[in-house]
Amino acid sequence: VSGSRVLRRVLVANRGEIAVRVIRTCRRLGIETVLTVSDADARSLPARLADQVIRIGPAPASASYLNVDAVVDAAVAAGADAVHPGYGFLSENAVLARACAAAGIVFIGPAPETLEAAGDKLAAREHAITVGLPVLPGGHVLPAGDNMLKFPNDPARADEPAPGPDGPAAGVDARATEADAGRAADGPGGAVPAAEVAGRIGYPVLVKAAGGGGGRGLRVVRDPAGLEEAVTLASAEAHAAFGDPRVYLERYVERGRHVEVQLLGDGEHVIHLGDRDCSVQRRYQKLIEEAPAPGLNDDLRERLRATAVSLGEHLKYKGAGTVEFLVDADRGEFYFLEVNARVQVEHPVTEAVTGIDIVAEQLAIAEGRPLRLKQADITLAGHAIEVRLNAEDPASDFRPSPGTITRAVFPATTFSVGPPSPAVAGKGTEDADGGAPDADAADDGTGAGDVASGVRVDTHVQAGAAVPPYYDSLLAKVIGRGTDRAHALATLRGALDRCVVDGVMTNLDLHRALLADAEFAAGGVDTGYLARWLAAEPEGQVAGAEQAASVRNHHGLDPGASDLGDGGGGDG
Amino acid sequence: VDLTNEDVADILALLDSLPYDSLDVETPRFRLTLRRAPGGGWTEESQVLSEPALVTPAPDATPASSRVTPGISEMPGRAGQAGTARARGTAQSRTGSEASGNSAAPKAGGTAGTAGTAGTGAAEAVSADADGLAAVAAPLPGTFYRAPRPGADPFVQVGDEVTPDTVVAIVETMKLMNSVHAGTTGRVARICVDSGEFAPLGALLMLIEPAT
Repeated sequence: VSGSRVLRRVLVANRGEIAVRVIRTCRRLGIETVLTVSDADARSLPARLADQVIRIGPAPASASYLNVDAVVDAAVAAGADAVHPGYGFLSENAVLARACAAAGIVFIGPAPETLEAAGDKLAAREHAITVGLPVLPGGHVLPAGDNMLKFPNDPARADEPAPGPDGPAAGVDARATEADAGRAADGPGGAVPAAEVAGRIGYPVLVKAAGGGGGRGLRVVRDPAGLEEAVTLASAEAHAAFGDPRVYLERYVERGRHVEVQLLGDGEHVIHLGDRDCSVQRRYQKLIEEAPAPGLNDDLRERLRATAVSLGEHLKYKGAGTVEFLVDADRGEFYFLEVNARVQVEHPVTEAVTGIDIVAEQLAIAEGRPLRLKQADITLAGHAIEVRLNAEDPASDFRPSPGTITRAVFPATTFSVGPPSPAVAGKGTEDADGGAPDADAADDGTGAGDVASGVRVDTHVQAGAAVPPYYDSLLAKVIGRGTDRAHALATLRGALDRCVVDGVMTNLDLHRALLADAEFAAGGVDTGYLARWLAAEPEGQVAGAEQAASVRNHHGLDPGASDLGDGGGGDG
Repeated sequence: VDLTNEDVADILALLDSLPYDSLDVETPRFRLTLRRAPGGGWTEESQVLSEPALVTPAPDATPASSRVTPGISEMPGRAGQAGTARARGTAQSRTGSEASGNSAAPKAGGTAGTAGTAGTGAAEAVSADADGLAAVAAPLPGTFYRAPRPGADPFVQVGDEVTPDTVVAIVETMKLMNSVHAGTTGRVARICVDSGEFAPLGALLMLIEPAT
């Protein structure tokens, strides 16, 4: 909005691996970092890496990382030029973006209006329809027997987007607009009773959070009996994760692939950095991601990318963002799912094949400069696959496993971003090892001398680190890169063999088994793949069987969601 | 300045061409162990030891509305460390004996502020109590909520009738809301935890008087 401004000090308003990630790029660029921490994170790895640390509240996120005033106060007190919100928490929160602007601080992300239009999943649906993208039938719902007016902070009150177009855009399922049309006429904020919407679009339906991604608030409902509880829990989860209890329904698609396109925009021009496939999910939580999406024909891939860019242009998108699609690769069809108006967990796979430091581009855009990359500058080389190591126990229904890390051994990181990108390196916009630090410096050991082979680990755990029960379970991301998919897979398999994480239960063995699975190795699995694989897997094969037996007798894990989804998920 | 990924990659590149199988480096600020893995490639075990440079705002912290920046920009905690850095490094010959154990067993000294983790296993598993009441235990360590959202009605009140599948509360662990079911047919006799409080794994949440 107000010309360009060099960022000298950035407040990192997040935690975990993304806080470490942002601090590392800031450090490389000579930008000071100030980290906000809750009491539970005061001695975390990012806290040890940041130049300064400011406590913003007690452990629960609602009292710390989701507290807009505390974040802005910390930014002001620290004399920060900008706030990097990471992902999850307040990253897509227009209130924070506006509060930053009011305090004279740059919010590293899209304009508040764009956040309202895109970060808000319901509004994004409207914009997608406006641009002519196919969406799944669905609509905003009220929890049965509940009254949203009880919640004074409900964004549905103040920020309800303008009604969508009256008629269906070309290619849109007529039932989508029928359900959406109900929004304007019915209850407050366009919400109508869930049973009504579900009845209209037909079961099974997916309950989704309007306020953010990350799979929070997502539940599959197969029949009317389970609807009320699912909507209630989803709404509670959404409220806890995003401070926004609104949920909506979409038709649940059993099979499809989750493919997304990475965008960079400066508010005027928008480019893409290729696509990713994130179809290996469990309960809408992505577990394995890769770039590029395997097995798409050129025509479909080009349409996805062009469509994403056109939506980005329509939104006058500024910053890094992602457009997510549900893809039927066999039929060559796709549906818009949502826009993630922030950096995503899985951004490293894109960095690995483009050589572009996406966080560095976020910072450059936030300084008010036009995009320094043109579409023609973007070249993709090789293939990258990422697994998310989580503190959860696959042998006991993936229950979360908070605790204290006693030992953390990872494969040595041999690349930070990706192969050299002539575009960035040649422009001299970064320091000497800017966009392409040492991609060829060290071989992983699996591809003797091959420049494209490499391993990267993004983590916030080390021996002695706490894994608090208050936040998500992501411990580390392990990324393997190769000249092609088979090479990347082999690199990643070797990398996982070198991982040891003690002190909490992890899904490491699950990842090892999945990477050894023939169907995954063939490429192009759908979002139901992992559920089928888990169902077929003999008990105890993934992890200690006796451990599983001892903890299976608890009640009530995951009441509404026992199915894999269409990939409405996305990262936290 | 802490060790960067680029530093490690540089060290690794150097090390990879040398006849060594492991490297242990420890300074006041970090500990780094690199080992050649049997199957190829290297492992990295690192610990950043620098203390967080925690800025304590003045008690009368200036509100956000007034753009006054307190004098906290000199980064306390870091300046003092630079002068005392003493690097200690060992590199083990490829032909040498097994890797030194000094980093294989990392000191559990990093007593991180594990505010919420105390509960694991701490609370004794609760079953039926002496009065024949059935316990509802926390299925996971997490924040106990009696209502689906702030301001909403509680799931159950004392005296309410429940069946095994009745949702009586939710426990939030690692951002996931988990329903807590009554597990028993009967009446809610007592609610033992306040809404919003942290409940360790297995903590007694409620007591149900079973129907006879």
